[in-house]
Amino acid sequence: MIPSLASRHSWFEATARKRIAGLLDSGSFVEILPPAESSPSPHLAKLDLPGAFDDGIVIGCGQLEKQAVFIAAQEGQFIGGAVGEIHGAKLVGLLKRAAREKPAAVLLLIDSGGVRLHEANAGLIAISEIMRAVLAARAAGVPVLALIGGSCGAFGGMGIVAKLCSAILISEEGRLALSGPEVIETVAGVEEFDSKDRALVWRVTGGKHRYLMGDCAMLVEDDVSAFRVAATKFLADWQEPAPSVGLLRATQRQLENRLTAYGAYRDGLQIWAALGVKNPESVPLLDRDSLVALKEGLPT
Amino acid sequence: MEKLNFQFASAPASPAADPALCGVVGSGNLEILLNAGDLPNQCVVEIKTAARGFADTWQAVIGAFAAAHPAGGTRIAINDMGATPAVVSLRLAQALAEYQGGAQ
Amino acid sequence: MNAPLPRQWDSLRQNRGRRLERAASLGLAGKNGKEIPVDRIIDLLEAVIQPGDRVCLEGNNQKQADFLSESLADCSPERINHLSMVQSVLALPSHVDLFERGLANRLDFSFSGPQGARLAKLVQEQRIEIGAIHTYLELFGRYFMDLTPNVALIAAQAADAEGNLYLGPNTEDTPAIVEATAFKGGIVIAQVNERLEKLPRVDVPADWVDFTVLAPKPNYIEPLFTRDPAQITEVQVLMAMMAIKGIYAEYGVTRLNHGIGFDTAAIELLLPTYAADLGLKGKICTHWALNPHPTLIPAIESGFVESVHCFGSEVGMDAYISARSDVFFTGADGSMRSNRAFSQTAGLYACDMFIGSTLQMDMAGNSSTATLGRITGFGGAPNMGSDPHGRRHASPAWLKAGREAYGPNAIRGRKLVVQMVETFREHMAPVFVEELDAWKLQKMMGAELPPIMIYGDDVSHIVTEEGIANLLLCRSPEEREQAIRGVAGFTPVGMARDKAMVENLRDRGIVRRPEDLGIDPRQATRDLLAARSVKDLVRWSGGLYAPPSRFRNW
Repeated sequence: MIPSLASRHSWFEATARKRIAGLLDSGSFVEILPPAESSPSPHLAKLDLPGAFDDGIVIGCGQLEKQAVFIAAQEGQFIGGAVGEIHGAKLVGLLKRAAREKPAAVLLLIDSGGVRLHEANAGLIAISEIMRAVLAARAAGVPVLALIGGSCGAFGGMGIVAKLCSAILISEEGRLALSGPEVIETVAGVEEFDSKDRALVWRVTGGKHRYLMGDCAMLVEDDVSAFRVAATKFLADWQEPAPSVGLLRATQRQLENRLTAYGAYRDGLQIWAALGVKNPESVPLLDRDSLVALKEGLPT
Repeated sequence: MEKLNFQFASAPASPAADPALCGVVGSGNLEILLNAGDLPNQCVVEIKTAARGFADTWQAVIGAFAAAHPAGGTRIAINDMGATPAVVSLRLAQALAEYQGGAQ
Repeated sequence: MNAPLPRQWDSLRQNRGRRLERAASLGLAGKNGKEIPVDRIIDLLEAVIQPGDRVCLEGNNQKQADFLSESLADCSPERINHLSMVQSVLALPSHVDLFERGLANRLDFSFSGPQGARLAKLVQEQRIEIGAIHTYLELFGRYFMDLTPNVALIAAQAADAEGNLYLGPNTEDTPAIVEATAFKGGIVIAQVNERLEKLPRVDVPADWVDFTVLAPKPNYIEPLFTRDPAQITEVQVLMAMMAIKGIYAEYGVTRLNHGIGFDTAAIELLLPTYAADLGLKGKICTHWALNPHPTLIPAIESGFVESVHCFGSEVGMDAYISARSDVFFTGADGSMRSNRAFSQTAGLYACDMFIGSTLQMDMAGNSSTATLGRITGFGGAPNMGSDPHGRRHASPAWLKAGREAYGPNAIRGRKLVVQMVETFREHMAPVFVEELDAWKLQKMMGAELPPIMIYGDDVSHIVTEEGIANLLLCRSPEEREQAIRGVAGFTPVGMARDKAMVENLRDRGIVRRPEDLGIDPRQATRDLLAARSVKDLVRWSGGLYAPPSRFRNW
């Protein structure tokens, strides 16, 4: 058997708890508000649905290569990783504590479609509180690093949260966007976006595309150890910048230019060609290392 | 959602990791939280399940589990999203194994 | 003695001549390689097809002559009506349109999965007469007896200037259809994906073909046999482990067919890992009658597989197949040759085991995928899942099974026919029932027999998550019933078991639980799978496998 396959532990397939266990130093994770100490969502109970003990997010502290970190991992298999009141409160509480205690970083393992519609306004408020808490932690000098590679990707409100983080590490299987493909098709029709054309979905929202576009700092193999190595390396080289209006304006200009340049495009292929990729059709089939080399060789 | 409560006589379990957590509340799956309980020879179970009308089946499955394994002295809480008996039995065995310190 | 009344003995030939004349009189002489312009297809069909004809439309399991099917459905019911359709699979909406639009009124077929609900409705509205549901090989046999087509509408990859056809990897049912039609005065019309000066190889000689038409787009092929390893569950891994250790290893199964499903895909993916660890490489699963399942790639790459003969191809697998010509049947041109008729024959006589899944099973072991509200037929399963009394050559598995069934002085062997199934399906519907829906369906359809896929008499083993029941060792219908209840778990049927009898059956090895096989259910994790995603399969194939878009998540 191919040895690399035997020892590989897919990030995509792992549960939130498995991702934490493989990412952090062995035995270093201490859960905050573990299942035995928390209770499921009262909103779901009102709708006659069973909840989860941890409301779909696991939070706590541990070590990453001996560096003290805080960590939050969304469980994508529970209601699409969607953010409800308790789920959101756990994450906000963790970020607020991080702003006070200043760990080396907050690792945010995103696997979510966004707001938990069952919880309506409570879910929406939770998302906005998360956004504020991420910015507050960063303003306190604590890097918030988003890791994306699960089946739900980072969509909706959690897509926005991801982009508010210090940086994003993403795998090829990961996706980052705002509106979900099925939603776009339902609202605007299949000619606008065929959500069943999975190759297209990944060319528009997938990790390789986001990496080539510069939305993500690193492209990572679908493997828990690979995410560990990538997060460690990223944090070692990263200095969380102080908040600055100048920086915000520069980012805004960058985004406006990007919208002007690519706004009419309908497929990642067109953007990659515009970036200077010689054979855009080959991008989806390239392995991770080849794609990283390709990006590094592109004109800036 | 249906809430079910059962209690079965069972040989005492020997805890090594309390509590033990197993599974995820995804479609066709369930989450089990296994705690030390107050009654050494009883396994006390509370179930919240999205599937209605299967009380008899739950009773049979958990009864079989309690008869076949040392699960006494425990309190088990389950959140279920329509798992079949096959999956339920598997998760119960996994949770108990972790509780007794022998899980992988 | 009076002289016999004069009889015309070549009426079929004469009739064929008249049909071709009608076509020729419309300028459709099929010159230049029998070519017909695509915009004249309706004229052609209305010229050469007569009311009351028996028409074979190539609706295969995978390949569809979709352009010809849609064109036929667009013909005028005044000119074409009362057609008897004979076809393997009712796959496309246009296949059913023929009946709804009054062109056809009778059907003999094998499988209708995608159109099962529409077919049931037509039967209830009495707008269709179903001749019979067949298994594929049985239907092919009748093409040469009493269901010979007058007209065959087939799909080919390419035609050359003379009208020779290249069928490509998805040859499937075409040879059987064309042979029966061409040699009993019938008309053969082929839609092709391209015209070539020189074909990679000649699969159908021009002599057997009357007309070809270049279809507006390539014929549709259903990716029926691709299973995403990401969807295989721990329970399926557990059953696969039991099947491998409790049956494959015990009987030494080297020649086999897998019915399609996630259960069998799990077995395929456990060969390079679990089976290899048990020392079974080279001892099991060497020769296959099987479509090119992507999930078989790891076993092939690991050296388990010597040969695979395919019923048809599978979307995305052509390059891999061509690069593995030691394993697959390929032409001198490098592309695969498949053949459903011969694969079904191999499955019947040359395989020692069939293993597949089902939706319902009763206490005699009869099983069916027929459910209320749908008429689907069974495809190849009744053939693959049957014990052939005509077999004469021995193999260790066949002899061992025979001794188990008939005693130490058995005069014949037995093919292993294994049904592998979880005790509950989606929405907690029990698989094991006292009476199959098939009986209700029989009444609704007014059929002569209940639609049973595999007869209990033919079943040798049942594998569920609760264990393996060996029906060969049962010596009475009561023992067989309790053996089945014994592995039916927590279904009502399983809960009604005679506990003492089942314990006795367990003592005799007729019912074996996972622990009896030395298997701890907690070992059954997805980590045992050699590939856990479609991307893993692509990696195993060295990049040769090109999965269709719907299976990608990258």
